[in-house]
Amino acid sequence: MGKKVLMKGNEAIGEAAILAGCRAYFCYPITPQTEVAEYLARRMPEVGGTFLQGESEVAVSYMLFGAGGAGVKVFTSSSSPGISLMAEGMSYIATAELPIVLINVMRNGPGLGGILPAQADYFQATKGAGHGDYHFIVLAPSSVQEAVDLIVKSFDMAEKYSNPVMLVADGMIGQMMEPVELPTFDEPPSPYVKGHEKWATTGAKGRERNLVKTLFLNPHEGQDHNVKLQTKYKEIEANEIAFEEIDTDGDLDVLLVSFGTMARVCKTAMESLKAEGVKVGMLRPISLWPFPLQRIRDLADKTKLVVSVELSMGQMVEDVERAVQGKTPVGFFGRAGGIVPTPDEVKDGILNLMKES
Amino acid sequence: MQNEVVIAGFGGQGVLSAGQILAYSAMAEGFNVVWLPSYGPEMRGGTANCSVVVSDQPIASPIIPHPGAAIVMNNPSLERFGPAVKAGGIIIINTSLINIKCQRDDVTQINIGANQVAMDLGNGKAANMVILGAYVAATKAVSFDVLKATVREKFARKPQFEELNMRALDAGFELAGKQM
Amino acid sequence: MATTVFKRPESMSTNITHYCPGCTHGIVHRLVGEVLDELGLRERAIGIAPVGCSVLCYNYFNIDFQESAHGRAPAMATGIKRTRPDTIVFTYQGDGDLASIGTNELIHAANRGERITTVFVNNAIYGMTGGQMAPTTMPGQVTTTCPMGRDVQTMGHPLRVSEMLATLKTPSYIARVAVHKPSYVIEAKRALKKAFQYQVEGRCYSLVEFLSTCPTNWAMTPSQSTKWLEDTMLPYYPLGEFKTPDEEE
Repeated sequence: MGKKVLMKGNEAIGEAAILAGCRAYFCYPITPQTEVAEYLARRMPEVGGTFLQGESEVAVSYMLFGAGGAGVKVFTSSSSPGISLMAEGMSYIATAELPIVLINVMRNGPGLGGILPAQADYFQATKGAGHGDYHFIVLAPSSVQEAVDLIVKSFDMAEKYSNPVMLVADGMIGQMMEPVELPTFDEPPSPYVKGHEKWATTGAKGRERNLVKTLFLNPHEGQDHNVKLQTKYKEIEANEIAFEEIDTDGDLDVLLVSFGTMARVCKTAMESLKAEGVKVGMLRPISLWPFPLQRIRDLADKTKLVVSVELSMGQMVEDVERAVQGKTPVGFFGRAGGIVPTPDEVKDGILNLMKES
Repeated sequence: MQNEVVIAGFGGQGVLSAGQILAYSAMAEGFNVVWLPSYGPEMRGGTANCSVVVSDQPIASPIIPHPGAAIVMNNPSLERFGPAVKAGGIIIINTSLINIKCQRDDVTQINIGANQVAMDLGNGKAANMVILGAYVAATKAVSFDVLKATVREKFARKPQFEELNMRALDAGFELAGKQM
Repeated sequence: MATTVFKRPESMSTNITHYCPGCTHGIVHRLVGEVLDELGLRERAIGIAPVGCSVLCYNYFNIDFQESAHGRAPAMATGIKRTRPDTIVFTYQGDGDLASIGTNELIHAANRGERITTVFVNNAIYGMTGGQMAPTTMPGQVTTTCPMGRDVQTMGHPLRVSEMLATLKTPSYIARVAVHKPSYVIEAKRALKKAFQYQVEGRCYSLVEFLSTCPTNWAMTPSQSTKWLEDTMLPYYPLGEFKTPDEEE
């Protein structure tokens, strides 16, 4: 690791992609992540990479497909309405098993909504924005440092599983400045995906031709491909569940489940809850897909209440309920994106839910 | 130890950059720090604010509804953030542009004519450095020497501003010191 | 000793095409294969297949291929060419794919001057979905979604893609050709070869529009189709070069 630098989240996100070896970035401007594009418009040419502002997020998603299908490490950033437009491409990218990486710096919706922080794209990210049975790996950083670390990790995971990876941050992580240690490498990572010669379209010189496609007109062939995808998803579920636990030792009155910036607000709320004698712990999912179902299920055995705290009207809570399987009451506390609840509001919300349960 | 401050004023008064300089100083001193700007619709109204949290512990919530201190550069900022500061906290008021009274009697108020002081030093734009010097005198959130070294570094390529800003920091630091 | 006077281009595969009798996709495929061979591009070429009748066109070529979503081929080609500038990238698109759902991707790829080539097959109808109205459908032409014939009062006039692209200032090569008679095929190949040659030279975006027949969905015999193309389409879609890169440079 290098020395600490103070960076704005959006700029750190751009730099992290470059450090991970990515030399291709396609984008369309949308608040609150446009600084990623502005940063990379300057940085990509400096490192001999490709920067291109596309005509729409729809087109950008296929530029990712094209470059990813050519075996290149490729990245984009967008925000909620832009991700909706990319949803079509995301289905194709996942089907073609292209190792692309993207980040959704989430803003409040639905519709045009606003440009303030939100987590209401949880369903979109984890349940599939596009059509068909597919999954992106979905990771949620809660600090600028973690965003940097997870972007570098995302390129590795994308390559390892031949699967797209999406990071979901909220607008606040994009806008805030925090000290970060940028990763250093003995050998700079390659701008090309390892092993791409076997499948990528680069010109069929001295080999059989490669074909990157998503069409399976023969239903048996289509089923085989789906089974192959599901087998891979099982492997990812077995290997890549990531979370942080805070104060979960011993029996609990309440277990909070929260991710991203909201989890940081919860951490502060936990201090005031403890001051009032509440035994409170938190599980912060870092991987939203795969989701830490089993760990939450285990923790549910030793708590009186589980509460999902979100910057949405209640989305992750469905997965929390799926994890808890009715063993323990599950509550929800959240705000529509755009208004980040204060630690005191979270504390009061939790206390109310404890009274009701 | 955790110090939180909201710095608020008109766009162009340098409130965001004052916050960044505070953040750089805190990082140089080895503290954890979060600088969070207001963004969104309020950006368009000509007002700007940022919050800076400095701590020797990992910083949990970046959102600080009741900061320990506020630096207010104009009337609307005092109206909005004056009531938010926690009891026992500090409000640093730019009396050059603020002509309303702060109604709080449970906080320490420090009055700095930041624009006037900066103009007397030769450039009104240094008002943000005057008031930042005052803030550090009042809270000791970061060491004053580290703050000055950070400003020197940031303005190394613009020597004409470097000296002005040094004198602005000193002036604010002294004025606040007299009021503590 | 026997001399080979005619053979399958190396750039093509041995698969039998699924196209209907009288359809001109096969001829256009063959021309692409011949041009790639003659310019020595087989090992550098990457094709993008569309959605439409030619969705399976990757089966008929022996070169690297990506298969696109409906209309997005120029964006995919952009992603490839920008990151693999030494490759030769072409999209193969029909009129539903290119002139309807994919106009945005088409126009911007052309206007950015992407160094790619588009093979545009215009048969004035949606083929794969079974004969619906396309933006290129002729006035009065009957399709399953304009059973009384295309009414220009409510659906506008057929879109002339080549003429529209030729208005862009960015240098490009834009030509319209036909392949329903041997003499036209020779002209068509000349245009297609130019288009790829410009890409090899890194000069400009290039598009060749092929007027094509669809006997099945036009509900005609192949020979009637050829006549209808000549009588109805040719006057509205004149052949020729609409833009060459030298004009603007």
